[in-house]
Amino acid sequence: MDAVTSPAALRRFLHGLPGVDQVGCEARTATLSTRSIKTTSKAWALDLAISMIDLTTLEGQDTHGKVRALCAKARQPDPADPTCPQVAAICVYPDMVAVAKQALGASGINVASVATAFPSGRSSLAIKLQDTRDAVSAGADEIDMVIDRGAFLSGDYQRVYDEIVAVKGACGQTHLKVIMETGELVTYDNVRRASWLSMLAGADFIKTSTGKVQPAATMPVTLILLEAVRDFRDATGRMVGVKPAGGISTAKDAIKYLVMVNETAGDDWLDPHWFRFGASRLLNDLLMQRTKLSTGRYSGPDYFTLD
Amino acid sequence: MAFEYAPAPESRSVVDLRSSYGLFVNGEFVDGSGHAFKSVSPATEEVLAEMAEATADDVDKAVAAARRAYTRTWSKMSGAERAKYLYRIARIIQERSRELAVLESLDNGKPIRESRDVDVPLVAAYFFYYAGWADKLHHSGFGADPQPHGVAGQIIPWNFPLLMLAWKIAPALACGNTVVLKPAETTSLTALLFAEICQQADLPSGVVNIVTGAGETGQALVAHPGIDKVAFTGSTEVGKAIARTVAGTSKSVTLELGGKAANIVFDDAPLDQAVEGIVNGIFFNQGHVCCAGSRLLVQESVYDEVLMRLKRRMATLRIGDPLDKNTDVGAINSAEQLARIRELSEVGEAEGAERWSAPCKLPDRGFWFAPTVFTGVTQAHRIAREEIFGPVLSVLTFRTPAEAIEKANNTPYGLSAGVWTDKGSRILWMADRLRAGVVWANTFNRFDPTSPFGGYKESGYGREGGRHGLEAYLAH
Repeated sequence: MDAVTSPAALRRFLHGLPGVDQVGCEARTATLSTRSIKTTSKAWALDLAISMIDLTTLEGQDTHGKVRALCAKARQPDPADPTCPQVAAICVYPDMVAVAKQALGASGINVASVATAFPSGRSSLAIKLQDTRDAVSAGADEIDMVIDRGAFLSGDYQRVYDEIVAVKGACGQTHLKVIMETGELVTYDNVRRASWLSMLAGADFIKTSTGKVQPAATMPVTLILLEAVRDFRDATGRMVGVKPAGGISTAKDAIKYLVMVNETAGDDWLDPHWFRFGASRLLNDLLMQRTKLSTGRYSGPDYFTLD
Repeated sequence: MAFEYAPAPESRSVVDLRSSYGLFVNGEFVDGSGHAFKSVSPATEEVLAEMAEATADDVDKAVAAARRAYTRTWSKMSGAERAKYLYRIARIIQERSRELAVLESLDNGKPIRESRDVDVPLVAAYFFYYAGWADKLHHSGFGADPQPHGVAGQIIPWNFPLLMLAWKIAPALACGNTVVLKPAETTSLTALLFAEICQQADLPSGVVNIVTGAGETGQALVAHPGIDKVAFTGSTEVGKAIARTVAGTSKSVTLELGGKAANIVFDDAPLDQAVEGIVNGIFFNQGHVCCAGSRLLVQESVYDEVLMRLKRRMATLRIGDPLDKNTDVGAINSAEQLARIRELSEVGEAEGAERWSAPCKLPDRGFWFAPTVFTGVTQAHRIAREEIFGPVLSVLTFRTPAEAIEKANNTPYGLSAGVWTDKGSRILWMADRLRAGVVWANTFNRFDPTSPFGGYKESGYGREGGRHGLEAYLAH
């Protein structure tokens, strides 16, 4: 695209994108939230949501034991029900990739690793690239990088772009998710520009948040990402995935997001290859609702396993 | 993977439908003396109930009851006391909101999502708002001691049966008038449920009277010498007839009539939200909205992009059972209205405009019309000039802001307009020049009790809503 021929062209392109009216954007998500998803549709949506989860632990206190436990949960979310689908991926720090990889074996569940001085991204490019290569060589299937929000907010879009391109290079064939940390970009216009910037630079997925900054994923922000991937495919033919992360903790919310995917980007995106939930607490609520739907009864939290 | 939404019907069991209904006169339900007529569900053509037709005699009794209530009770009551009744009515409306919403959707055909989330909450809001004015009228700016007219005769349309009732009754009662209201003949049921609510609120007998029937009943009401004030919402044709009837009498009149609003999209508009606004502007309530954005004016430089996005969005609209919670577009209110929409759409095609309808399967029974857009429309087309009052959008283009103003104002109507641009100064420039009672900026079809509503030119005179809405019910 001509947009990336020079810093000035890139800036012109991003600032030439149609603006977002905040009130209208939020009103649209409020209307979509009123969809009533019941019975067979609900069962289908709950299973789909489970299969789209990037089950996540990103804590200083993470240990091999914790990561192995999480992997076991990913493979068999509901030991009482073998028909329950697996999650899409495990999301960990780079030093835990090898442990996760081994624990997941041939399950088909991907290992996603955060990288590039996650979550702040405040490090030199050399270190960010080394961080990425570490994770890739440890066997990561997906890299979740963070953009340089400081550069973005100071208007240095070229720097953000170049960094994404460099990290993409370090990823090789490994899938690249670009975390924009929308809670720090604040305005919806910024979110739209950051989405296009990331896609132009080669992102395979655009992702809202690290989960370390509030607000994390919200419906209006995710709506803008979905509009961006839809319009990007229209413009270039290339399909990019979307991952809201952080703050989605109930089955009810997850279903609202799936409705929004369905009615914004379309059903091509209703697939774990193209839409993910970055979450930890969400899985158990999905399992609880799933059991409720099939048995007609709610069980207590002790009937569902800890990670 | 396709995401099919399973049927999610709102239960009808909350509504207690009777097989026949009478008139509400002097606080009681009484038989009408005219021929009974049927109210059908437009979504299924199922007969919901038999309605009584009020004759001139019945209207006379209702006006007499309203007069008695006015002289003996309501005009002697303090504003604070009247407010208590209005607040009570507002609270009961909230408590019985589900029942009102289901009945409204059954009788009118509008989706339950709208009756539940828009109509009924607004109905309560208008009663709350005007309840607040009842004891503050001397601060309203209409004289030191403004007085009510007396008995108001009110005639409302079928597109927002309960909401139009609220727009009429709430300010009338707050100002100290009593009323005789005639709902539209196809949508009388919620007005009669409202009559029950008046009983439940212990509203003094005769303050609110409801007479059902068609044009003749309305004519008897308007012409009745005991009426001091006429308020009408409906077609421009009937509005003109009412103006002729009351000419030369001492009756005051407010008319809220048709519209052919321009929804104007500039090239710097927030396009995704503009598309939502276009859809909401014309497909909300099946386009049965007097202020509907039925003429889309798009700046030529973004025409292709807007149309592509609009059609894609229209393809996601869900048309069908009004009681299904996921329905976006419900049924056309009557066979008669459906025939008019079809006729004008055929005229549009015959005059050379290009017709496109959202791909959707329409139910076999009932009155249905797929959301439709006409492109290649010019000012000379009938579909750009006449009010269709259905889910039909006419698309025109413009090159400059001045041309947009010229085209927007080139209509006998002037009820509303919409402006979509990121430039604040242009919004103000446009709003100054648009001859329309309501100008929405970067939104459309938003209503609030604090905001006045009304038209220029053939869209009527007088204002409803807000402080301005009090003036219609005060003699000063």
